[in-house]
Amino acid sequence: MKVELRGIHKYFGNNHANNDITLTIPSGTIQGILGENGAGKSTLMKILSGFIHADQGEILLDGKPVSISSPAEAIRFGIGMLHQDPLDFPPMRILDNFMLGLPGGLFPNRKEAAQDFNLLKKEFGFALDPESYVDSLTVGERQQLEILRLLFLGARVFILDEPTTGISAAQKAKLFDTLKKLPEQAITIIFVSHKLEDVEVLCDQVAVLRQGKLVGEVKEKPFDTKKLVEMMFGKEITLGARQVAERHGCVLELNNLSIEDARLRLNDVNFEVEGGEVIGLAGLEGSGQGAFLRACGGIVRPVGGSVRLRGRDLTGKSYHIYKRNGVEFLPAARLEEGLIPGLSLTEHFILAEKSKGVFINRERGVREAQSKIASFNIKGTPAHTVESLSGGNQQRALLSLLRDPLSLVLVEHPTRGLDIESVIYIWGKLKERCRKGTAIVFISSDLEEILQYSDRVLVFFSGKISQPLDASTTSVEQLGELIGGKGWAS
Amino acid sequence: MTKNSRWANIGFQIAALVLALLFTTLILLAAGAPPLEAYQNILTGAFSSFKKFSDVLVSWVPLLLVSAGLLVTFATGLWNIGVEGQITLGAIATTWVLRELQDSSLPPSLIIFLSILAGMMGGALWAALAGALKTFGGVNEIFGGLGLNFVATALTIYFIFGPWKRPGVASMSGTEPFDEALHLYLFPGLRLSPWALVIAILAIVLVYFLLQGTYFGLRLKAVGKNFRAAYMLGVPTWQYMMLSFLICGALAGIAGAMQVTSVYYRLIPSISSGYGYLGLMVAMLVNYQAIWAAPIALFFAALNIGSIQLPIVLKLDSSLSGVLQGMLVLFVLIMEGIRQRISQRS
Repeated sequence: MKVELRGIHKYFGNNHANNDITLTIPSGTIQGILGENGAGKSTLMKILSGFIHADQGEILLDGKPVSISSPAEAIRFGIGMLHQDPLDFPPMRILDNFMLGLPGGLFPNRKEAAQDFNLLKKEFGFALDPESYVDSLTVGERQQLEILRLLFLGARVFILDEPTTGISAAQKAKLFDTLKKLPEQAITIIFVSHKLEDVEVLCDQVAVLRQGKLVGEVKEKPFDTKKLVEMMFGKEITLGARQVAERHGCVLELNNLSIEDARLRLNDVNFEVEGGEVIGLAGLEGSGQGAFLRACGGIVRPVGGSVRLRGRDLTGKSYHIYKRNGVEFLPAARLEEGLIPGLSLTEHFILAEKSKGVFINRERGVREAQSKIASFNIKGTPAHTVESLSGGNQQRALLSLLRDPLSLVLVEHPTRGLDIESVIYIWGKLKERCRKGTAIVFISSDLEEILQYSDRVLVFFSGKISQPLDASTTSVEQLGELIGGKGWAS
Repeated sequence: MTKNSRWANIGFQIAALVLALLFTTLILLAAGAPPLEAYQNILTGAFSSFKKFSDVLVSWVPLLLVSAGLLVTFATGLWNIGVEGQITLGAIATTWVLRELQDSSLPPSLIIFLSILAGMMGGALWAALAGALKTFGGVNEIFGGLGLNFVATALTIYFIFGPWKRPGVASMSGTEPFDEALHLYLFPGLRLSPWALVIAILAIVLVYFLLQGTYFGLRLKAVGKNFRAAYMLGVPTWQYMMLSFLICGALAGIAGAMQVTSVYYRLIPSISSGYGYLGLMVAMLVNYQAIWAAPIALFFAALNIGSIQLPIVLKLDSSLSGVLQGMLVLFVLIMEGIRQRISQRS
């Protein structure tokens, strides 16, 4: 199906999220939409899929102007959206999920649906059992289910919003193989991402958005990476050389530490971290690195061994005691664990500071917020509530809440879902801390991030921890094998 | 932009009021009662004389105290439905101290002061129970509070028919009334106590400043909006939750004490008079903003007092005021929902 967007405008308050976007996508094309966080990609896709309405402009499908007022109507027009987090119903069977959204009577025909499901599944080589439950699937498999469901509902245009976040490399390869088969059936794919390499591998043509505007299109392969980056950010960007900060003596000392959570147990960990050092924790999600990181901050109570911070034994103490000793934890779930939706930036800074008397000095709070907003380059005002900020700006806000000085910062996925400019900025700020003697321990599923920014790396595999690896002499391949369970002495 | 939305807000509130009146009118028509006359009676019942208005204020005092307390628990994200029981326990504790000290040689004003203090602590204790059940037992405060409400009612009945029964006859009319010396001072010729009025106004003003301008209030809000993140930002979360319960319980306890020392002068079975539930409605209606609590509580009190004469004049039940109050809350919530939908779209 051919998709044409003409002169799309969308305002959110004073924010011009989509500014006169005109884009033509021929039938059977894989169209990439690139842009940093907050560039307006998601807004445009939500307009196309009926979640929100454009303030101006029109949408043409196969040359006919249409007005799409809801997601249900979008699917009737043949537009299906695959969300960042698959919108399925985990406690239900795969087949029931598959049949959801089907127009049909009170009593759906399961048998017929099962036949259709198996037929479709065979076509794409998916190994999904229609009678098993959705909670047993990985994110990648849930995406497969969603693709089948949308195909079955008659989708001729697939919108994929950052589909490669949170899935493994193997799952990504499988997803791309599947997607590459779809254009043969004249299905159009719109692939939204801020990851250049994904777009380069998959897409036939690319459109780049910046600050709500369409800044350029590239239609010939291979794409010029440098040019795309320039279009995305309006300037050239490089990661820069690895930096190693001066050491400031032992900060964190783990002796025979044992940690247990619902699924696994880490036994007798002995490890030391020095001030100024950055330790990367690698591993598949749920291999024990999360519990390890939280145990370093007193958020998870160890079942054995001791945690010493600058020589002081803090084993079994609460996070607030750790905090008083110069430890801070930055969670990956920013709006669930780190920030308080409904409170403004100013209120966050007031909360994080030491209270001075009983009454709040609002003016001082606002001044403080303004200076933090300026020095951390947050796009927002002191009165903005945190949930109205984009993901990258929320992460900057979290960073700006860190007190000074600190002994140890524990970070879960410091740059998950952020564009490269934010990544560089955030690591710049973290490295600044290292130079002042702070130690950093972080989890990431991005292997390049781990090798680029850590001094030493610990790999976790189902409750086992590797010897510390020197990041400067380790390759992505070596790390990948360890994460996948190869090369471990059993 | 913000100015526009503020006017739109007021428009929605007015629409809610009109719809609530419309629905109550329909109910009245269905019951075969003359609506206009009923409304007129409520108005004259509440405002036709200074004496009547002072009665409205008598009802305003406990309602305002309870609403002030509930604003604190709501700010902390707690549904303190146990507030009814907290009023009752306040009244029981006040009665107890008055009974213990009424024959002592202490000056009456000191006895009254001590009894109100006891009421405050009684309410706080009852709230602390609900709080402890939630914090340490994982019992949702709605269920814990509801259970404690029943226990509080049972306690009242036990005292009235048991240890504190009137000599000779135990009856639903309550315990033996206290000596006039132990009554809170009233304005001459009225049923209104200046002390009660001052305490209630002080309570709402304090709560307003507490929530608006203090670190304490901001932390309470942080706990209410995101418990987990508040902890991560260094707020001692469960302690603040308990404090929030204690403050609300203390204010509800004072409301109970006022009922004993300045309205009934004894413990009666329904001493809380539903002010707890009414307070919940006020807090919801003002969208948890302290500044509106005083006028809305006054409006509710006026409806209460105004409808007292309905049974006599129009042979209508006085619960009509409750119908109107309930309708109002429902429609304000509905309009708020509609407003949010519209603002999301545009």
